[in-house]
Amino acid sequence: MSAIIQIAMGKTFKATPPLTAAKVSEYRAGDVVMLTGTIYTARDAAHKLIVKMIEDGGELPFELEGAVIYYVGPTPARPGRVIGSAGPTTSYRMDPYTPLLTESGVRMTVGKGSRGDEVRKVLKEHMAVYCAAIGGAAALISQQITAAEVIAFDELGAEAVRRLTVEEFPVVVVNDVEGNDLFEQGMSEYRRL
Amino acid sequence: MVRELHIDEVTNAVAKLAEEAAFELPDDFLSALKRMQEQETSELGKHVIGQLLKNAELARTDRVPMCQDTGMAILFIDIGQDVHLTGGDLRTAIDEGVRRAYKEHYLRKSIYENPYKRDKNTGDNTPAIIHYDIVPGNKVKVLFAAKGGGSENMSTVKMMRPADGIEGVKKFVIDWVTQAGGNPCPPIVVGVCIGGNFELSALMAKKAVMRPVDDRHPDSEIAALEDELLELVNKTGVGPGGFGGTQTAAAVKVDVRPCHIATFPVAIAIQCNASRHKEIVL
Ligand code: SF4
Repeated sequence: MSAIIQIAMGKTFKATPPLTAAKVSEYRAGDVVMLTGTIYTARDAAHKLIVKMIEDGGELPFELEGAVIYYVGPTPARPGRVIGSAGPTTSYRMDPYTPLLTESGVRMTVGKGSRGDEVRKVLKEHMAVYCAAIGGAAALISQQITAAEVIAFDELGAEAVRRLTVEEFPVVVVNDVEGNDLFEQGMSEYRRL
Repeated sequence: MVRELHIDEVTNAVAKLAEEAAFELPDDFLSALKRMQEQETSELGKHVIGQLLKNAELARTDRVPMCQDTGMAILFIDIGQDVHLTGGDLRTAIDEGVRRAYKEHYLRKSIYENPYKRDKNTGDNTPAIIHYDIVPGNKVKVLFAAKGGGSENMSTVKMMRPADGIEGVKKFVIDWVTQAGGNPCPPIVVGVCIGGNFELSALMAKKAVMRPVDDRHPDSEIAALEDELLELVNKTGVGPGGFGGTQTAAAVKVDVRPCHIATFPVAIAIQCNASRHKEIVL
């Protein structure tokens, strides 16, 4: 995985959540961030429930301030394993929920694919970033996960909220606090139509 | 000659194919990935493909699913008209095969019973989506595909106007792949069906992505169209992972079907890099 450091178009950062606004505002689209420490998983169903909890003033499954949310629904762990395959799911599906979560302190989300305009605007206004992991590289990514525990919505199965401990999990910054977008930049560089 | 086939053989075949699909990226797609890794000019794009190759190797040797989305089970069953299936009903037998594989091999169960309530997972990844065809002979062909949600969401049918013509189709494909970007986990395979009707076009586009990546369409005109579309798709700049690059798709597979004088249906099915389809003849 460390090979990504050499190919990074930008800088490589190491980071341990919780992340501060000051920290993530150093990241630019194209930089690589190696995450080590605690991150949380949530997909569509969990987002819906968490947003409802925020609106109702209920107790949240984890502290949002500085949090990193990884969009993933892993496969079940085989006996003796920490987790199954755990690659990113498509991020735009979480777009309806991301503004409120970002306003509530989430500093980084990790998934695959582009975000909508509203999310990009909110990230800029609230000093947060969106990063991509490699979609499809799920078996490989699972090797960077050293612990996993369901902390909420167990009944949702793959969609439950998990606390993951990761070691040097490489993610690429897509949307930074200046409003840059790596996917747009990359596509326009190679587009020949 | 009429032949009897016990339904348990279908169950066993489905279970086996589902297992293999989850862990073993087919050789044709692996070779295509290697070729694309060499041809890609973006360093990040090359790296993404390199990671996918490592991922495939790890999945095969360590028996960890290549992707966490182990998909919905899709089956294309070609039943020879001289086969007599015994011992039970086919739908139950197929679902049993899916159930067994997804449970025994720790694959993800990703099916909601009700699509708008989304409150109850069926718990065993059933029901499978099954397409039957009756064909000559006394064999049964079982084609299993594990279809992930990310690329399925990037598939579409458009009822175009006859006036849009083939140039309209090309534009539709380019625009569609561009807009899909990194969502369907490129490198992808693009299946296109031109013609048929509303439902046939979707089905045939889906079936087109199951063709071997490196095969040639027997009709030279369609083969040339496939080449042209592939070139155009790779000029979108989407690239591996959507990060930008020259290698967006491994292949474009086109099916052309007769259609009504008033219609011009075109369907696009996207196969992601977790190209999981396996078949067997019973
Ligand atoms: S689109 Fe394919 S490779 Fe990407 S997450 Fe879904 S199943 Fe996996």
